[in-house]
Amino acid sequence: MSTSSIPVPSASPAAASRSFLSRLREGDEIARLITFLFAASVVLITLLLVYELWVGSVLPREKFGFGFLITKVWDPIAENFGALPFIYGTLVTAAVALLLAVPLGIGAAIFLAELAPQRVSDPLQFFIDLLAAVPSVIYGVLGVFVVIPLMRQWVQPALKNTLGFLPLFQGPAYGVGFLTAGVVLAIMVIPYIISVSREVLMSVPRDQREAALALGSTRWESTWKVVVPFARTGILGSIFLALARALGETMAVTMVIGNTPTISSSLFSPGYSIAAVIANEFTEATGDLYLQSLIELGLVLFVLTFILNGLARLLIIVTTQRGSGMGNA
Amino acid sequence: MNVNLTPTGVANSNRETAAPTANRMTVSKVNFFYGTKQTLFDVNMSIAANRVTALIGPSGCGKSTLLRTFNRMHETVRNARLDGEILLDGQNILSQDVTLLRRRVGMVFQRPNPFPKSIFDNVAYGPRVNGARDPISEIVERSLRRAALWDEVKDHLHKSAYELSGGQQQRLCIARGLAVEPEVLLLDEPCSALDPISTAKIEELLVQLKDSCTIAIVTHNMQQAARVSDFTAFLLVGQLVEFSPTPQLFTTPADPRTEAYITGRFG
Amino acid sequence: MNGRLRWRKFVSGFMLTMTGVCALVAVSVLFCILGYLIYHGGRDINWNFFTKLPTPVGESGGGMANAIVGSAKLLLLASLIGVPIGFFGGIYLAEFSGSKVAFVVRYSADLLNGAPSIVIGIFAYALVVHPFQHFSTFAGSFALGIMMIPITLLSTEEFLRGVPRALREGSMALGASKWSTIIRVVVPAAYRGIVTAVLLALARVAGETAPLLFTALGNRYWSPGWNQPTESLPHMVYIYALSPYEDWQHQAWAAGLVLLGLILMVNIMARVVLARGVSVPRA
Repeated sequence: MSTSSIPVPSASPAAASRSFLSRLREGDEIARLITFLFAASVVLITLLLVYELWVGSVLPREKFGFGFLITKVWDPIAENFGALPFIYGTLVTAAVALLLAVPLGIGAAIFLAELAPQRVSDPLQFFIDLLAAVPSVIYGVLGVFVVIPLMRQWVQPALKNTLGFLPLFQGPAYGVGFLTAGVVLAIMVIPYIISVSREVLMSVPRDQREAALALGSTRWESTWKVVVPFARTGILGSIFLALARALGETMAVTMVIGNTPTISSSLFSPGYSIAAVIANEFTEATGDLYLQSLIELGLVLFVLTFILNGLARLLIIVTTQRGSGMGNA
Repeated sequence: MNVNLTPTGVANSNRETAAPTANRMTVSKVNFFYGTKQTLFDVNMSIAANRVTALIGPSGCGKSTLLRTFNRMHETVRNARLDGEILLDGQNILSQDVTLLRRRVGMVFQRPNPFPKSIFDNVAYGPRVNGARDPISEIVERSLRRAALWDEVKDHLHKSAYELSGGQQQRLCIARGLAVEPEVLLLDEPCSALDPISTAKIEELLVQLKDSCTIAIVTHNMQQAARVSDFTAFLLVGQLVEFSPTPQLFTTPADPRTEAYITGRFG
Repeated sequence: MNGRLRWRKFVSGFMLTMTGVCALVAVSVLFCILGYLIYHGGRDINWNFFTKLPTPVGESGGGMANAIVGSAKLLLLASLIGVPIGFFGGIYLAEFSGSKVAFVVRYSADLLNGAPSIVIGIFAYALVVHPFQHFSTFAGSFALGIMMIPITLLSTEEFLRGVPRALREGSMALGASKWSTIIRVVVPAAYRGIVTAVLLALARVAGETAPLLFTALGNRYWSPGWNQPTESLPHMVYIYALSPYEDWQHQAWAAGLVLLGLILMVNIMARVVLARGVSVPRA
C-alpha cells in the first residue's frame, strides 16, 4: 500500500507570528486574555466555594466522621452535633411538597400544553413564570399569615378527624410543622414543574397524539397514555429540579416549620431543616465546632442539590433531544 | 372544472374489479377551509369496498387534506372547517361519535410513529383502550401476521418499537391500525420515508389486505398508484379533476390535465 | 360497547376539566399573594414608610428608609461585582473560547446557579466576614454579586451567539479587528437582551434574604459607607413578619408589597421586551 502523495500545506512560522503580532497590536490578544480571566474567575469562584465549605467544616468531620450524618442529637452546650434531625426535616418537607406539587403541576402542564389554545396558554404561562420570581420571604409571609391559621383551624383538625389513626396525623395541631412547611414548599416549586413539563410536552411530536386519536382514543387517553409517557423523562427532570429547589429553600421554611430539632412520625410536629438551622443559628454559634458543624450542614446541602441538579439537566436534555428525532424509548 | 364521477367496474386481467362494487364511503359536495382560505372545492367521489383507492396529485393539491377528513382528523386543527357530507355505510360520519368513527376508519401516517412502548404494547394499544372480545395476545399476533411482520418480531415482542428499522416500524404502525379491525384503512404517503425494498413489501401487503379491508392511499408516486390501486382520484389545487378505475386513468385519461400530470409535464 | 365508551368519554371530560382546575389553582396563587399584600399592606404605604427610620415598638410613624437605601446599596455593589464578570466572561465564551473551556465555565456557572442561597451566604461569610471579623454591606453585596454571575454569564453568551454571523463577517471584512467588531457591532446588536437579563438577575437577588443573614446582618439605623452592617428590605419583611407586634406586622406587609411590586414590575417589563426577541434561559 502506498502512502498518499497529496501535498500538505504547512503553516510557515513567520506567517503565524506575524498574525499574532498584528492581533496583539489591534488589541485582540489582550481582549482574549482579559475576557478569559473573567471567565476563569467563574471557575475559580466555584472551586473556592467548594474549598471553603470543605475546609470550613474540618473540625466536626474529624471529631464525628460519618456519624455526623446519623446522630440525632444537636446539643450546642455539650458540643455534640448531629445532622439527622435536619436531614430528616429537609427530606420530609420536600417529600410532602412533591406529593402535593407533582400531580397539580403535571395536571396544569397538561392543560397548558395540550388543551388550552395558544392565546390562553401563553398568558397563563406568563403568570406562572412570575410566580417563580416571587421571593422566598414573601412566600414565608403568605405561610405565616394565611397557611398557618388555615392549617391550625381547618386542615389539621380535619385530617385528625378523618385519618387520625395514622401516626402521620397525630399530636397537637399547632399550625407550624412539617406539613405546613411542605404545603408552602409545594406552592413554591409548582411553577418549576409546570414550566419544564409544559415545554417538554409541547416538544412531543404531533403525530404521536394523532396516531393515538386515529386508533379511537379519547383525548384524555391519547394525552395520558401516549403523550405524557413520551415526555416522561423530561417530566422526571422537572421533578428533580423542583426537589433541588425545595431542599435549598430557607426563608419560607424557617418561618413555618417551627424550628425545633425533632424527629417525629407526625407531620403535625414542629421540626427543622438544614437551611433553616443554618439561617437561625449561624450568628449565634459560640465556638468553632458549633460554627463548623453548621458549615458542614451547608456542605451536605450543597452536595445534595448538586447531584439533583445534575440529574435533572441530564434528563431534560435527553428528552428534548428525543423529541426532535427518533430515539430509544 | 370539476367532474362528478362514480367509478364503473372495468375488467382488467390484472385486477379483480370484475363487477360493480359497493361503495364503503361516499363523499359529497365537500368543501374545506383553513380559516378563510379554501383548500378543497366541491369534491365528490367514493371509496369502493374491499378495493384500493389512490389519491394522487402534485404537492399542495389537497389529497392529504381530503384523506384526513375521512376519519375527522382535521378536527385536531383549530381553524379547520368542513362543509358537505361524508357517508360511511350510508351514515354521515360528521354526526357520529368521533371516537367510534376512528375505530372503524383507521390511519397510517407518512413517517412511522410507533409509541415509546414495546412492539407488543404498540399493537395492543388500540384493543386495550377500546375494549376487545378476544384475548389481547391473539389480536396482536393476528394483526402482526396481517401486516407481514409476525415472523420478524415474534421472538422480540417486548423489545422497544424503536429498535426496528424504518420499514418494519411502518409495518408495525399498519399492524397497530389493523388491531382495532377497522373497516377502512387510510394511508397517507406511507412509503415516502422508506427505502425501495420496504416500499415493495408494503405495496404487496396492501394488495393482500383489501380482501378484509377497504383501503384509501395518498401517494405522490404515480407508479405506486398504478401498481397498487383499483381506482384513482386525481386532484389539482383542491379540485377533483378525474376519478376512474386505475387502468383507465393511466392509459386513457378523460381530462387533459390528468394526461399532462401523468406524462410528467408538471409535477 | 356503548356503555364502556360513554364511561371513557366521561373520564376524558372529567380529567381534562381537572387539569384546567390545576392550572387555575396554580395561577390563582399569584393573585392571592398580590391581593393579600395589597389589601393588608396597601394602607401602610405612606410618606413615613419611605423616609423614616424604624421606631421602637409602640411608637407609630416609623418607616423603612434605611432598609430601602440599604437594599439599593447592596444591589448597586452586587451589580458592580457580578455584572462585569458575567458580561466579559460571556463574551469570552461566545467569541473566543474553545468548546472544552466553554464546557467547564458553563458547568461552573450552572453549579453556582443551583447552589442554595444560604450556602452562598456561608461562602461570603468565610471569605469576607470571617477574615475581617465584622459584617458589612460589602460582604452582603459579594454574596448577591456571586448569585448574579451565572444568569448574566449564560444570558450574555446566548444573546451574543444569537447575533447573525453575517454582521460579524461584514465588520471583519471592512478590516476591523475582532475586538472592535465585538464592541462596535456584536454587543450593540445584543445589548437589549443582555440588559434585560441583567435586570432579571437583579430582580432575583433583590428578594434574597438568606445570604444576607450573616453577611450584611441588619441594622436599625443608617449604615454609612460599605463596611458596616446594613438593613435590607427583604430582611425587614422577615423580622417584622415574625414579630408579635401588630404595628410591625403591618409594616412587614407594606414592605412585602413594595418589594414584590418592584420585582414583578421588572419581570413583566423584561419579559415583554424579550418577547420580541430571544427568551431568557430559566434561572
